[in-house]
Amino acid sequence: MTTLEPATDAAQDNLAALESEAIHIFREVAGEFDRPVILFSGGKDSTLLLHLAIKAFWPAPVPFPLLHVDTGHNFDEVLEFRDRVVERHGLRLVVAKVQDWIDDGRLEERADGIRNPLQTTPLLETISDNKYDAVFGGGRRDEERARAKERIFSLRNAFGQWEPKRQRPELWNLYNGRHRAGEQVRVFPLSNWTEADVWNYIARENVDLPSIYYAHKREVYKRDGMWLAEGPWGGPKPGEEVKELTVRYRTVGDGSCTGAVESTASTVDEVIAEVSASRLTERGATRADDRLSEAAMEDRKREGYF
Amino acid sequence: MSSLLRLATAGSVDDGKSTLVGRLLFDTKSVLADQLDAVTRASVDRGLSTPDLSLLVDGLRSEREQGITIDVAYRYFATPKRSFVLADTPGHVQYTRNTVTGASTAQLAVLLVDARKGVIEQTRRHAAVLALLGVPNLVLAVNKIDLVGYDEATFTVIAEEFAAHAASLGYPRGSVLSIPVSALRGDNVAAPSEQTPWYSGPTLLEHLETVPVAPDPHDAAFRFPVQYVIRPRTPEYPDYRGYAGQIAAGTIRPGDEVVVLPRGLRTKIERIDTADGPLQEAGAGSSVTVLLADDLDISRGDLIAAADRRPTVTDEITATLCWLSSKPLVPGSKLLVKHGAKTVQALVQEITARFDEQTLSSVDGPDSLELNDIGRVILRTSEEIPVDDYGTSPRTGAFLVIDPKDGDTLAAGMVGKRFA
Repeated sequence: MTTLEPATDAAQDNLAALESEAIHIFREVAGEFDRPVILFSGGKDSTLLLHLAIKAFWPAPVPFPLLHVDTGHNFDEVLEFRDRVVERHGLRLVVAKVQDWIDDGRLEERADGIRNPLQTTPLLETISDNKYDAVFGGGRRDEERARAKERIFSLRNAFGQWEPKRQRPELWNLYNGRHRAGEQVRVFPLSNWTEADVWNYIARENVDLPSIYYAHKREVYKRDGMWLAEGPWGGPKPGEEVKELTVRYRTVGDGSCTGAVESTASTVDEVIAEVSASRLTERGATRADDRLSEAAMEDRKREGYF
Repeated sequence: MSSLLRLATAGSVDDGKSTLVGRLLFDTKSVLADQLDAVTRASVDRGLSTPDLSLLVDGLRSEREQGITIDVAYRYFATPKRSFVLADTPGHVQYTRNTVTGASTAQLAVLLVDARKGVIEQTRRHAAVLALLGVPNLVLAVNKIDLVGYDEATFTVIAEEFAAHAASLGYPRGSVLSIPVSALRGDNVAAPSEQTPWYSGPTLLEHLETVPVAPDPHDAAFRFPVQYVIRPRTPEYPDYRGYAGQIAAGTIRPGDEVVVLPRGLRTKIERIDTADGPLQEAGAGSSVTVLLADDLDISRGDLIAAADRRPTVTDEITATLCWLSSKPLVPGSKLLVKHGAKTVQALVQEITARFDEQTLSSVDGPDSLELNDIGRVILRTSEEIPVDDYGTSPRTGAFLVIDPKDGDTLAAGMVGKRFA
């Protein structure tokens, strides 16, 4: 046996406390639900979610499959990363492709080409087809005002909708997972983490992330104040000038509406320094879909989005 | 690593709570440029001349439309000295429900009053709920002090009345502090005010940064609700059998004598596992996996406890309930009780008293408990469960009352807790 360090006092160590809380939440769901699933896109929050799930059940394998709602507007690096992680940990991945819904007419492409809002229908139908009763998401309360009001165990009605006025009180660390047939519970183990906590923990645990979170050269063009990259979702319109810049991504979502930030941060420590000094929130800096209205996120959540 | 303070705010409608929270976020530079831009734009749209900081925290459309806060919201801010998790609880209808939610995890609560109105019914009620939940530190923020001309006498009257009320609830003097503030103007929130030269105490932020937070007592009796049994059955770990959970109280070391409840099987801790390797010792709040010396039949819902300091194993529980539902509680109701990782059926044998938070007295034998009522009940459970007094071991003295029909959370329960 190796030399053992004395245990740190969880209350004195913010990251240890957050980790312990998330592990507790994963185990509660494993104990109370029949068919949980982890929403996994390969982005940093869902990668962290999976990292914590692995720790929660070690040395046993994670007892849940992963679900990726694929908008078809992916960054290659993220898809490769997703598949590598699934392979490495011997996990089962279910992919719901927005393209399939568009192809058979259940969904219609939007005029602006943004597909993030189109994720809701494939998500809800896949949850219902597979009878998933608990769905883990990487949402954090510090991300957005409507998210700040969400419970860790968030009950959704039979239509997958969030009803903010009907949320259950959440007391102590006792989570109420009761639900009626057809209802589902969205579970957010990272609720109490901030963006800084996420990065500090990634550094502490040496969590592997897709390369696009770190500085790299990329051809980008400016639209609505954001640096967008060319991809299967389209490219610059006439008059939008393409430049090669050193950039990184602070969030990873649908390529058509996720912007890059100019950055030279190529290591975790440099990213932490950059995030600490930033005067913009990560969603504000990089997500066109959140800028649609004052209540864009609330409206999407009410429809069944995460 | 800076330490963490969990706090809750409470106050009634129009006391300026959202503005105070917005001010704390703003003054700790926790508000980023795009958020402030959005607030400034929305404030201009509403015809205001300065940014309305309450818009930073009122997250739902109906909240912004009505200018009120509807639901508990969680806020995160940090200074070089501490990180803060703030549960912002609204003050109007269902206020007890929201206050109980926010207070259940809080180490400190900030109560707001309007300096023009002083201590009102809801202030007393909130303080009683905070005392009942065992929140150890209180701050009374006497807000809108600018609207009473920064008058010292007005502040002193309010502060003394509140201190007397808090003392009657069992708060020692040192655990209660009153501060004259103007959330709108920022007086005494993060920066000392020049308008209150008569006030020599700390600003609100200074107090939050420095108030001593009692760590979980190390001498508490060990309590470990088993959440999940880890059995990999892989070639590498064919016979591994670990009990996963979060330590609810006390500390544990390999070799410690424990008892598995409710059946009372005795064994020893063989090993404390985590994904990062085994531990020599683990304390309250840690999520670990425990391996035992003997091969016992243990499952989710069992409690592993210190062998020499056992909880009470009983099927009759005397408890205080904060009733959080609009469906009233009547004797004879059949409910579910979630305690630790165990959910059992329960029958309400008797409602022995209802607490009157205004007079701090109790009314015997009420017919029912209604939304926001606090009452004492005797519950009969379908099987024996191991419980502690909430005042001694909150995590194993707390339970949820759940509606078996629709799964709603009906009440916060505290074993053996007397009214303050």
